[in-house]
Amino acid sequence: MRKGFLRKLIIPSIAMVLMFVVNGIAQAQSNGPTTSDLATATNIMWTFITGFLVFFMQAGFALVETGFTRSKNVAHTMMMNMMVFCIGALGYWLVGFAFQFGGVNTTFPAIGKIAANSFAPGSLGDLTGHLNHWLIKFGDQGGILGGDGFLLTNGVRNVSGILAFFLFQMVFMDTAATIPTGAMAERLKFTGFVLMGFWVSMVIYPLVGGWVWGGGWLANLGRTAGFGNGAVDFAGSGVVHMIGGAVAFAGTLVIGPRIGRFNPDGSANAMPGHNIPMGVLGTIILFFGWFGFNPGSSLQFVGSGQNLASNAAVNTLLAGGAGGFAAMMYMWWFGPTKKPDPGLSVNGILAGLVAITSPCAFVNATGAVFIGLIAGVIVCLASFLLERIHVDDPVGAVPVHFFNGIWGLISVGIFSDAGASSAGWNGVDGPVTGILFGGWTQIIAQLCEVAAIAVVVGGLSYLFFLLLKGLGLLRSEPAHELTGLDMPEMGALGYSTVDMHMHGSAIPRQSPRIPR
Amino acid sequence: MTKKIEAIIREDALDDVKHALHEIGIVGMNVLEIRGHGRQGGVDMSWRGTTYKLDLLPKIQLNIVLSDHNVEKTVEAITKAARTGKEGDGIIFIYPVEDVVRIRTGERGHEAITYPDDIDTRKKK
Repeated sequence: MRKGFLRKLIIPSIAMVLMFVVNGIAQAQSNGPTTSDLATATNIMWTFITGFLVFFMQAGFALVETGFTRSKNVAHTMMMNMMVFCIGALGYWLVGFAFQFGGVNTTFPAIGKIAANSFAPGSLGDLTGHLNHWLIKFGDQGGILGGDGFLLTNGVRNVSGILAFFLFQMVFMDTAATIPTGAMAERLKFTGFVLMGFWVSMVIYPLVGGWVWGGGWLANLGRTAGFGNGAVDFAGSGVVHMIGGAVAFAGTLVIGPRIGRFNPDGSANAMPGHNIPMGVLGTIILFFGWFGFNPGSSLQFVGSGQNLASNAAVNTLLAGGAGGFAAMMYMWWFGPTKKPDPGLSVNGILAGLVAITSPCAFVNATGAVFIGLIAGVIVCLASFLLERIHVDDPVGAVPVHFFNGIWGLISVGIFSDAGASSAGWNGVDGPVTGILFGGWTQIIAQLCEVAAIAVVVGGLSYLFFLLLKGLGLLRSEPAHELTGLDMPEMGALGYSTVDMHMHGSAIPRQSPRIPR
Repeated sequence: MTKKIEAIIREDALDDVKHALHEIGIVGMNVLEIRGHGRQGGVDMSWRGTTYKLDLLPKIQLNIVLSDHNVEKTVEAITKAARTGKEGDGIIFIYPVEDVVRIRTGERGHEAITYPDDIDTRKKK
């Protein structure tokens, strides 16, 4: 009986599959896809799949930030990490994408010996007629604000390459947008958080991100000013992490420390996170997602992208490992308790990953290990520095993303080894070359990006948060902060409603009685 | 007359103490998870490089109500099982108990804390 049923099912299935295969072969012989079609399809698929991996990093951020904060604020912290995606998706769709990449397909005229160039990702297919308008630009090479692609209208529906590009860039933007929620956790009013989500996704990230990735003035520094290959930021130590870190830094400065974090005599009180396993699991998820973040930024897997992506993957692995190891050993040798501190080991892994994000495709394995080791030490020192200057960052977002974003950008100008697959980056003929390999001007372009992000993102975000503070939308009530934000802000406890029964607030109308 | 023994011990000593009490025939007990400190005063901890003192440490409190003549033997068993010789081993308080009522039967006093095969019935055998 069972056997007969299977036979009835399997034989027709096999017949149908065979029909499809034969049919497919016949079509391929007549007017099937060309090699170029297959290359584009592979690249688009690569971009989508790595984009999905980057999306999963939201889970990592949510776990790290919530594990590192106290149990009375878990619903609030988790909600921020979930809703920042929803807010960001809308903001980036409305205007963010157009501001950042609206001009990426503009052809910039030749300068001297350097040929005419467009910054568009040609690996994703023919983008002709799309993303070719600047709202604001100074001269031919000085793009400031893009102006095409609002709401993904204008025929974009039929261009798979742009849809893949949008998804990939949206999840990158969201990584930046979720960083400040950690630094301002346990005291950020939810209204202020929502407005911050729109600020990052619609304004500050697209503006400055476009200068580097959208073909704006920083990317053109190689062509216009002769600084190496212009600002080189493969997967976004600067664009994603330093921007997110700068918003976070500005936010913590304006919002101030949590109540009780610092004593009148200047000493600091520890406010231990409530769940180290959550923090560690989140870090491993982030590490996993980073294998989409960095290798995926090649936006292609056929041609030179294959080598860029492979280097990026291995260097990501090495730098993350080195960062965690360095932070662990630093705390073991020099930390106050001389123990391999789990909190800073978590931060160390993330620091190594942030630092390698920019140089991952341009350095060799030795370079990646050194970048990671230094990042692991930087994150410890930066954490101690912030505590000394009374900046309260519950999860270490500023040491991880701001300070190591800077280090990642600078390390491109030091460790890049003139790899063949980086030749022609940003429209400059030569490969990306750091100081150790004889390129003295690349680091200038990198420092320009550091300065631009610190001044523009940090400065404007500081003003934005001052505005929120003036309107009373930035910080929770002190009483709410002390009892925990879960009930007053979210109306729901993160952990267990049993406590509510115990305190009589949620007793059912008829108390259940145990049957005798 | 009856007495109450309130023994505060390390969390990890509970299994040994429970076993030792069962050995001598102490059948009934209540166990509470509590926090506190005596001379030990707490331990130094660190969170992301900032040290702090955890002064209220988790401990286990055993409550045992028993007849006068069993107190010494019981205290000896607990002490032996819970001692490591380091600070933080705990403390035992002994109180007089006014009366005991067993809800199921209404028995009072010594009768209310007598179980089959406990320290006293074993002795009679």
